[in-house]
Amino acid sequence: MSNTNSLLTIKDLYASVEDKQIIKGLNLDIKPGEVHAIMGPNGAGKSTMGYVLSGREGYTVDSGSVTLGGQDLLDMETEDRARAGLFLAFQYPVEIPGVSNLEFLKASVDAQREARGEEAITSAEFLKEAKIACKQVDLPVSFLKRGVNEGFSGGEKKRNELMQMLLLKPKLCILDETDSGLDIDALQVVAEGVNSQRSADRSFIVVTHYQRLLDYIKPDFVHVLSGGKIVKSGDASLALELEAQGYAWLQNAPAEDELEG
Amino acid sequence: MTEQIDKALAREYEAGFVSDVESETFLPGLDEDVIRRISGMKNEPEWMLEWRLSAFREWLEMEEPEWAHVDYPKIDFQAISYYSAPKSMKDKPQSLDEVDPELLRTYEKLGIPLIEQQMLAGIAVDAVFDSVSVVTTFRDKLEEAGVIFCPISEAIKKHPDLVKKYIGSVVPKKDNYYAALNCAVFTDGSFVYIPKGTRCPMELSTYFRINEQNTGQFERTLIIADEGSHVSYLEGCTAPQRDENQLHAAVVELVALDDAEIKYSTVQNWYPGDEDGKGGIFNFVTKRGICHTNAKISWTQVETGSSVTWKYPSCILKGDNSVGEFYSVALTRGRQQADTGTKMIHLGKNTRSTIISKGISAGKSNNSYRGLVRMNPGAKGARNFTQCDSLLIGDLCGAHTFPYIESRNPSAIIEHEATTSKVSDEQMFLCRQRGLDPEKAVSMIVNGFCKEVFKELPMEFAVEAGKLLEISLEGSVG
Repeated sequence: MSNTNSLLTIKDLYASVEDKQIIKGLNLDIKPGEVHAIMGPNGAGKSTMGYVLSGREGYTVDSGSVTLGGQDLLDMETEDRARAGLFLAFQYPVEIPGVSNLEFLKASVDAQREARGEEAITSAEFLKEAKIACKQVDLPVSFLKRGVNEGFSGGEKKRNELMQMLLLKPKLCILDETDSGLDIDALQVVAEGVNSQRSADRSFIVVTHYQRLLDYIKPDFVHVLSGGKIVKSGDASLALELEAQGYAWLQNAPAEDELEG
Repeated sequence: MTEQIDKALAREYEAGFVSDVESETFLPGLDEDVIRRISGMKNEPEWMLEWRLSAFREWLEMEEPEWAHVDYPKIDFQAISYYSAPKSMKDKPQSLDEVDPELLRTYEKLGIPLIEQQMLAGIAVDAVFDSVSVVTTFRDKLEEAGVIFCPISEAIKKHPDLVKKYIGSVVPKKDNYYAALNCAVFTDGSFVYIPKGTRCPMELSTYFRINEQNTGQFERTLIIADEGSHVSYLEGCTAPQRDENQLHAAVVELVALDDAEIKYSTVQNWYPGDEDGKGGIFNFVTKRGICHTNAKISWTQVETGSSVTWKYPSCILKGDNSVGEFYSVALTRGRQQADTGTKMIHLGKNTRSTIISKGISAGKSNNSYRGLVRMNPGAKGARNFTQCDSLLIGDLCGAHTFPYIESRNPSAIIEHEATTSKVSDEQMFLCRQRGLDPEKAVSMIVNGFCKEVFKELPMEFAVEAGKLLEISLEGSVG
């Protein structure tokens, strides 16, 4: 499965939260430029996967390996993973009162530039980029001055996540149920933003509950995560099949590479 | 997360160095003779000595207050030296060229260059080292505007009428235990007088430095803003890192006459003691201002230092339509204890007060807000708004709020809001997921929490204060 051309390679990953194992033998290989959709029932471990990959505290890896661009991801601190190009768009973005969006974003961009040995971006240049990003995600420029997610509506928070992605230009974006709580217009804005960022050197993991988002973001692969591992993979048509039939038929079916009962 | 934050919080105290300055220091001990000698060292007039002695006699009858939410060993007042001055100051240097270069270096190291060419334009500094004022800059320029800015020891001699009239008029001699002690033994501090209708052309600031061991610092500041005048004043404080506790008991009095405005900002960074609470400054301070008709006094404080803080900058809103404000950030970590807040005493009609207090507790520290809002019977139509927010970092610290509200006028309106929050795992994770290291993340979250107060500081100092919090929260400071 692993390949030297891969951006992300997850091998036999087992991971726990508070002593409860949630990820149980996950394998996934993503090449640059690919879009992978991860679908699955509640409690399948979809969000946990994003947290484990990005190194959230409290999420422990029991065994297995993950490499990003050939580097051992699991050996890196949370912030170093981000600096290596991993971006997680949160399902429920948290507020940081009093810290302006602009200040937060510039500090993030600068931290990542510094890690690459680049100079800090000038305030004027950054403001210019940030204004363009605002426009792309359909947020008024005034949002740059507001506290991070402070008093934002659900949809505004999601668009704000997307704006961060546009400015940080990551190699791997994990969108954790970015479609939840969005109306159809907001969904389209988000999808357009993502599509505009698709390129040969940027890959996406789109975690979603519903097929709806995939009407707008066409995935190269669709995987079904159930019981902490991938139980079925296919192309975009798999999502439609799931929409029609639900997950029950898969949950009861044994996985192709079943490792333990 | 707690481990990460603890690491981010382990700080070094940058101002903890000792200056190699030869000093003349009194032997420890306190009696009437010591007070006579202090007064003698300063060539004070007889009335000042009498004032000191009467305060001392009152003090002997008083009890140390125990109501604050702080815990510290009993202070042995006979083990403290009450006067220490660099020997080079004895012959009163007439200009900067004559000041001991080691003293100038001390202030330079603290980021307060006293050479006028290097100074921040528009800020005049009075530098107080242990018990004496070393130098006061930009005096000529201020004199042109009629502003008096000089050490209080000098004002006692040169402007006795003003000092006599106002000293002890806002904080009476026997106001409290530490104030009475200060009245008896105060050594130096700043004196400011802004004439009628004058807008002080520069920011004024005093920088207090404790250097000698086993000495107490008892500074006294008196600011008088005459009718229709305006002044903005800032004080900063640091001390070397020592294993013994040192006492700092200051008194600050502000007088804002009709239509005058005083903005008083403090950045307090006394040595806080080590991780286990060894050493550090006991900061027992009385600060109070009186507002006459249409006058305004605004206190802004950023308190990050001291092992124990006991401090309530207050406003007596005597005149109708007068305004009092209190903006405070108090950060405690390690074993620091702070009991701080304000008193807003509304006497006049339509008086207004605003209190914004931000307490940040980390480590095993205790941070208390204590505030009194009193509406006297004459305070018709008076208003107060209080907002009191606490931020907890880690789970071994404490945040406490003690609001006292007394309303004796039915038309007065008092509002009180309070919140307690934590630096959450989610916030830390968001910051780190975007590439920020934990230290930067904590300082950013804390700075955001303090924003409402920082915006009240004069611009140059808002940046300083932000940096100070950053240093206070940083793990590996070079």
